[in-house]
Amino acid sequence: MKIVKLKKDNLFPFLEAIKGDAELWAPVKKDDAKHTFQPVDDFSQIDLDYTRTILPPRKILLPAKFNMYQASKSEFTSDFSHISKKIIFGIHPCDIHAFLTMDKFYSYEIEDPYWLEARKNLVLLGHSCWPDENCMCKSTNTHVVEEGYDLFFTDLEDTYVVWIGSSRGDDLIREKPELFEEDLTDTDIQKFIQRRENRDKAFTTEINFAAMPDLMELKYNDALWEKLGDACLACGSCTNVCPTCNCYNVEDRPVLGKDFSNIQRCWDACTLENYSGVAGGENFREKRADRLKLWYTHKLQSYISKYGKPACVGCGRCVATCPVDINVKTVAQSLDGNEVDSFWDRLSKEVTK
Amino acid sequence: MNTENKITAQSNPFLPEPARIVRTYPLTDDVHFFQVRIADMEKALSFRYEIGQFAMISVLGAGEAPFSISSTPSRPGLLEFCIRRAGAVTSKLFQLKENDFVGIRGPYGNGFPVEKMQGKDILIVMGGLGAAPLRSVLLYCLDNRDLFGRIILLHGAKRPAEMLFRDELLDIKKRDDLEGYLTVDGDDTGQWTENVGVVTTLFPKLENINPENTVGVVCGPPVMYKFVLQEFLKLDIPKDQILMTLERRMKCGVGKCGHCAIDYIYTCLEGPVFSYWDVTHMRELI
Repeated sequence: MKIVKLKKDNLFPFLEAIKGDAELWAPVKKDDAKHTFQPVDDFSQIDLDYTRTILPPRKILLPAKFNMYQASKSEFTSDFSHISKKIIFGIHPCDIHAFLTMDKFYSYEIEDPYWLEARKNLVLLGHSCWPDENCMCKSTNTHVVEEGYDLFFTDLEDTYVVWIGSSRGDDLIREKPELFEEDLTDTDIQKFIQRRENRDKAFTTEINFAAMPDLMELKYNDALWEKLGDACLACGSCTNVCPTCNCYNVEDRPVLGKDFSNIQRCWDACTLENYSGVAGGENFREKRADRLKLWYTHKLQSYISKYGKPACVGCGRCVATCPVDINVKTVAQSLDGNEVDSFWDRLSKEVTK
Repeated sequence: MNTENKITAQSNPFLPEPARIVRTYPLTDDVHFFQVRIADMEKALSFRYEIGQFAMISVLGAGEAPFSISSTPSRPGLLEFCIRRAGAVTSKLFQLKENDFVGIRGPYGNGFPVEKMQGKDILIVMGGLGAAPLRSVLLYCLDNRDLFGRIILLHGAKRPAEMLFRDELLDIKKRDDLEGYLTVDGDDTGQWTENVGVVTTLFPKLENINPENTVGVVCGPPVMYKFVLQEFLKLDIPKDQILMTLERRMKCGVGKCGHCAIDYIYTCLEGPVFSYWDVTHMRELI
């Protein structure tokens, strides 16, 4: 691994130098003080002082809706027109880990070209972050990242320490080598280590993810799930904001006045009522409790057995988003026997009958 | 980052293959038979599948849905489906005529473990639309008669008019290398000469079943599984020699869209064929 230094003043010139005709996505602060990843031409819009964006960056690769192919009477033609060269700047370690998990998922058994082609055309420029009370990435061991990015920028006041994580990252540095300094001083190294230690101490939420597969199995019929099911609004928000949710629906959209259809792939959510419905009216998961169990089986149990780590990357978006406080944090703590008083008080008073 | 941007994925597993309907006719009021051939002749002949696998059929303007393949791989070139009109895709499909185009993708799923079934007695129990996947098993076994021991067929329908493949099965039943029993819940024709009663009433007719050497295969409406499984267990057929095929909503067929998940098993990859032993570990079954 190669490490270089970049003065903060040199950041925009560097981004300008590498951007070319690619679309550069970065965190931008919205009116309601929340952040979103957006394409930016004016770099002054970029706001790196953020904890988490509303939606995870997978939306940049697989938009909420896109055309998979065109279907006419006797012909089917692939449509990759939504895929173009993109750079994501300012992505945090948890979201990079989510990309690595999705890479495995979309390559498992049969390769999904829509994810993999978009990934090939993507440059990832990571950025350091600071946890709030909802960050669980230290518990999921996704608070640091050792692979999966091209460059990773760690904020040291007036300077970035830049880790080069790929051959392409190295090429990017070479676009403007004069902006970078090769040698880190002892002070830089001390600052880096100090920052890491302080950040590790800043995590206030700890979840025992290693215990979750067993607990999911043991407590599959626990009354907890009925309580959660009663409270759940089945709105699908947890799915929309989760960086490792992948479910989708496919729709045939006839094009008006033409003899072909756009076959569209759009986000779906297993917490929605008709998710497991089949033709004829049978629904294999009519109860909200059953749908929640499926969601949490995937987040807390099944990926561990399949890919060796939980699907949850600890980003805390479900914690920040669920209107009734059903999220990885409260569910994991409840499974672990530490029912959060305020959570259950609120559920019983405000939500359940 | 100024490089030519042209996406050329070598293969797109989501892209259907154009196919023509060769024959279609009603089996019952709401179940039609479709014989389909992939338009590209070479691809039609090289389309290899196994019994119990399924394919995605797409109908322009309506969408795509998974269907069990009802034909046998021992008769390549044509694919046959037995389809109930139940939703948007099938409603539009039922309007299509011979020579019209559909899209075909597949085959998908694990299929039945043919190698493990060889040399065994095969006891096939099907009810209603369960005939769709199990006709493939039956025809395959008959086409490869020497590979199997006894072949026993139990087939149930509500009424004679609703029995899928009734004439074909009545014909096959005449063979002396097959033990076939057909039944209807009720006979409203007065001309039904076979058994009357639910499919489990056929079990007492079975003689000299050697459970260790028997593979039980079941597919039918959800309510049927419970009772047929009990009968299999009463016969002492080992749980890992009881095979069933499950239905789930599917949008991709290749383990990406998530809809067919049962716990953390993707029915489209690890199913749709499971042994009873497999599913005793699965919590969200039928």
